[in-house]
Amino acid sequence: MSTNPGPNPPDAVDRFAAAQGQERREAVRLGSKAGHEKRTEILFRDYADPDGLRRLAGAIKQHALDHLDVYLPRAEAQLRAHGAQVHFAADAAEARDQVLAILRARGALSVVKAKSMVTEEIELGPFLAHHQIESIETDLGEFIVQIDDDHPSHIVKPIIHKNRREIANSLERHGLGPYDDTPEVITRRARAFLRNKYLGADAGITGANFVSAESGRLVLVTNEGNSRFCLAATGCHIALCGIEKIVPRDRDLGVLLNMLARSATGQQLSVYTEFLRGPRAPQQADGPEEMHVIFLDNGRTRVLGSEYREILRCIRCGACLNVCPVYRQASGHAYRGVYSGPVGAVLSPLLAGSEFATLSDLPKASSLCGACNEVCPVDIPIPDLLLRLRDRAQRTQQESDGAGGGDRTGGTTVPPGSMTAFAEVATRPWAWKGALATGGLVNHLPQSLRPKALRVWGQNHVQAPWRGGVFRKWLAQRRRS
Amino acid sequence: MIGGGDDAARARFFARVSEAVAARATKRPAPEYRDAVAFARDVATNGTAEAVALAVPADALATEKRLARFRERLESAHGRLFTDAGALTAWLAAQGARHGYCDPALASMFAAALALPGAPSLTFETELERARIDDYRFGVTRAAGAIAETGTIILDDAHTSRRLAALAPWIHVAVFAPEQIHAHVADAIAALGDDPNVIWCTGPSKTADVEGILIEGVHGPGAQIALIAAA
Repeated sequence: MSTNPGPNPPDAVDRFAAAQGQERREAVRLGSKAGHEKRTEILFRDYADPDGLRRLAGAIKQHALDHLDVYLPRAEAQLRAHGAQVHFAADAAEARDQVLAILRARGALSVVKAKSMVTEEIELGPFLAHHQIESIETDLGEFIVQIDDDHPSHIVKPIIHKNRREIANSLERHGLGPYDDTPEVITRRARAFLRNKYLGADAGITGANFVSAESGRLVLVTNEGNSRFCLAATGCHIALCGIEKIVPRDRDLGVLLNMLARSATGQQLSVYTEFLRGPRAPQQADGPEEMHVIFLDNGRTRVLGSEYREILRCIRCGACLNVCPVYRQASGHAYRGVYSGPVGAVLSPLLAGSEFATLSDLPKASSLCGACNEVCPVDIPIPDLLLRLRDRAQRTQQESDGAGGGDRTGGTTVPPGSMTAFAEVATRPWAWKGALATGGLVNHLPQSLRPKALRVWGQNHVQAPWRGGVFRKWLAQRRRS
Repeated sequence: MIGGGDDAARARFFARVSEAVAARATKRPAPEYRDAVAFARDVATNGTAEAVALAVPADALATEKRLARFRERLESAHGRLFTDAGALTAWLAAQGARHGYCDPALASMFAAALALPGAPSLTFETELERARIDDYRFGVTRAAGAIAETGTIILDDAHTSRRLAALAPWIHVAVFAPEQIHAHVADAIAALGDDPNVIWCTGPSKTADVEGILIEGVHGPGAQIALIAAA
């Protein structure tokens, strides 16, 4: 993933959406819409009070975060007691170095990877390639992303933006057989190709969906079974997980698993739910004799200590992407980070640290309709967090303007002062009545004679005709009758 | 961490965690909710009387009900259930799966089914050779149990003779007794035990990455079978 250096125009997401082809827009819109519908259907079929469950799941995760100083060492102790080696990485560079050190100590030359947002976040793939270690993504979507040198555009469905023809072309280019865009053929070819990669690999790298502090168990959730294969074919397992993955007890996993698959893909459970703790059992011939768990900070403690801490509850289900009207139009790449959609608009600028300004436009790419909060399985108040971040972006901007003495006029679509004028009118009943009575004149004015605020706004928008006063007339009529 | 300096780095890491947590004036207490069985009863499917019946401790009736529910849910996840090894061997032959692997502990049961009159001619090995992994069209292994609510089969290192045998062949047959079926997800979590590798399998391996179209058998089994055997 690439974050562009330097500040982005405040309407970067709009521009990206506008530049997107119709075919791609339609693929993303249909994919996310279907995901949202399946989620709603299964949650309300299976539970009398899905909303109560959401709040319970959110309370469990927030409790774990608020007491991470207790639960994280507990998970560590359990993992060590069951034969796993535990590491702590302060940032992406440390995590990458730890992975490399583990692989070098084993003389490993190739690894197979299961889907993991954290490995995307620390850009592990390119790093390993740089050190001459072959690293193969085994999730079908991530595999296509890898051979295309692309970036995932959805947290759960990484190639939601690609249609079968594009995918078939990619496989052909990569030497996986002549062009065939039948989804079944695409899948079978990937199966055959990746099977040899698993069996030849020296280590398997995964993320973790949850870690239970009580038992130290890592929980991994997939549909394809690729992480199972990574852990059946190779002799070393390296799991990378953000510190926010901790939950207090095993029984909490039941609540969260019940919410995760339903929210992500509309399933009761994902096909494979793995509970992992330590190397393979002594009598077992297949699987890792060595297990490493790397807990990653990489900006998370900074978020944990801030007014944005609720975002760390996120369990990466993608439900907020699927429901978001902006995501549906813009697709994941518009968010220019690993995490897209509403959650990405909050998380990416926060994890960017000193590069905050490069992504501070993202929180503006929201209509604040609140749907993301409504579907969130851990009840994250995303719209509140977006507002707080907008405020922070404004303050950061003012500070840098003040420091540089710069006059920032370009880029904004609403001229400064126009909202103040609106506030003046809207807070004075006599002024408001006058404006309603005379506002219709605007319909007859040519563009060049309209107030400046409307002229600027009208450059990028189609202006609807003025219909002010309709409600007041209706109300007055109603009172009379 | 590899090499020296681990303790200092770990101490710095936890200092940051403690500092971040300390910044929180009020901390969320652990939410109270009821134990596994009560939780299941409260929130499980439809919250109906049937769910309550499923959650009561095992007796003959409950076992039968759990098996029926398990079958229904397994089938809706595109899995398949056999209660008779003879019917299973006929089905395997019909799929063209003529050679596979069988856990040595199940070999006599499987061989007996193949010795029945009219049984198809299937062959199997009780040693899995990694280099010939694609020769095994089916793998028969024991399961640790199942979950009725979701149609899930539970595998672990203690019951699975070879992880690869339950994963690489196109058809995986998991063998277990009806008494091993848990009612709900929460019950199965309470019964995780001490195994380092517990895997819940709910139907065949699948993906919808290509245009949202469901394709089964991505990396793991394209057919997930449960064979119910006497305890």
